[in-house]
Amino acid sequence: MSAVACVIIWKVIVRRRDILLALLALIVLWQIISWLVNEPILPGPVVVGRVFVEELGDGLAGHFLVSLWRVLASIILAVMLAAPAGIALGQSAKLNRMFSPVIYMLYPIPKVVLVPIVLLLFGIGDFPKIFIIFMILFFQILVLVRDSAAGIEPKTLLSVRSLGAGRRALFRYVYLPASLSAILTALRQSVGTAVAVLYIAELFATDRGLGYYISLNGSTLFNYPAMYAGVVAMSILGLGLYFSVDRLERQICPWRFAK
Amino acid sequence: MIVLDNVTFAYPEHDPVFNDLCWEIEIGDAWAVLGPSGCGKTTLLYLLAGLRQPNSGEILINGSPLAGPRPRTGLILQDYGLLPWATARKNVILGLEIRRFYGPDGKHVPIDEDVSDFARRVDYWIKRLNLVEHAAKYPGQLSGGQRQRVAIARTLALNPDLLLMDEPFSSLDAPTRERLQNLTFELRAEEELTSVIVTHAIEEAAILGQRIMVLGEPPNRLPIIIDNSGAGDPEFRHQPAYYNVCRRLRDYMESDRETA
Repeated sequence: MSAVACVIIWKVIVRRRDILLALLALIVLWQIISWLVNEPILPGPVVVGRVFVEELGDGLAGHFLVSLWRVLASIILAVMLAAPAGIALGQSAKLNRMFSPVIYMLYPIPKVVLVPIVLLLFGIGDFPKIFIIFMILFFQILVLVRDSAAGIEPKTLLSVRSLGAGRRALFRYVYLPASLSAILTALRQSVGTAVAVLYIAELFATDRGLGYYISLNGSTLFNYPAMYAGVVAMSILGLGLYFSVDRLERQICPWRFAK
Repeated sequence: MIVLDNVTFAYPEHDPVFNDLCWEIEIGDAWAVLGPSGCGKTTLLYLLAGLRQPNSGEILINGSPLAGPRPRTGLILQDYGLLPWATARKNVILGLEIRRFYGPDGKHVPIDEDVSDFARRVDYWIKRLNLVEHAAKYPGQLSGGQRQRVAIARTLALNPDLLLMDEPFSSLDAPTRERLQNLTFELRAEEELTSVIVTHAIEEAAILGQRIMVLGEPPNRLPIIIDNSGAGDPEFRHQPAYYNVCRRLRDYMESDRETA
């Protein structure tokens, strides 16, 4: 095995150990605060852990899967629409001049304020939730893919053209790999926000999903351990997505991590 | 043979860079094009590469007019043009992958290209340019000289007959630059290449150009051409003929600046 590979594997092991230590520290901190507060509204990690396992068999797993499906569907939809649009804008200065003022206006609007409007327009069901998360991811991916396509050095394009590449080969060997890396960066940056907004969206007009589950147990049933089990599930969803994107990025874009 | 027949070229809304320029490059020639920045030497190289089209006049390569990039022309640039996400080996193989992508269509890829033995060709060039221990590294992990060797390997793996170089060694330190200049001459001989190098450095033109074209402020119509047949041997650097050529080139460049 090469020295470079050894160093990379060693770094991964160290990283994993550090993350586990951090998790352990957070759980200990949670337990200490829970002892100090000593109220039913803040049960300790042991209680919540037990309830979490019980609730998994009693519906929580289903809510988790519904939320997971909503996020994944939005990610797939956003990548499929935003990536080609971003490449098109990044390749053509003319198109970019036409659309960039619109994107400039829409990009910074916090999409979460559109939740009530989207719900009014599209009613109940999965679609409005998927649509809201889609909007957040769409703009993030669009902007990053566009900038990465536009930022490819003209000299790089010239030299690849001089190797015989026409439009199709430039797309395949230059624009596509450059965008892959931008898509993953966009997802890493926005997947946390996406899960947060999913929670808000699931408070309305649904009886499925982790947002619904947390709010039902917290403010209707006053079952605090179950509510915390929902929060843990939501954290697992967010962390799981984040780690998956991180892992994908390391696999698909190893050059970014090579030192 | 390459013929520029009364070539005129101007960028849109600018004065012409070349006005009725005529130039003949024989097969096997080692040309250097010398001139200050803004004289149009890079434009001239892009014209030869088929990346720009003349406004009037014609460029003929072996008798046929040049309408776009030609698969047997290799181009090497100052800033390497490597893909940052690909390892050195993947960068070397890029041109060959593009050939496999199109297949021998006569437009992007020579009609007689054998697309079957790419791995062997890549291995040969990685070895020839001393890149074996760097093959798995990314461009970001390589020094400037190593990157330029990757770019050279990538170009030569395509079996070019014409090699165009745009300030290829300008951003390298002096010893690396000298080593790569010597290597360029070895490779030229091994591969029986016709070569044109564009540079603003008098010493580089004198060491690499057996014939040297000196460009001045545009528009260039009748550039000065100097015969420098002693070039091509690393020992030439230490000979009086080399110093003489350098002095002549310097004089030409100075007088051009005074008249400009």
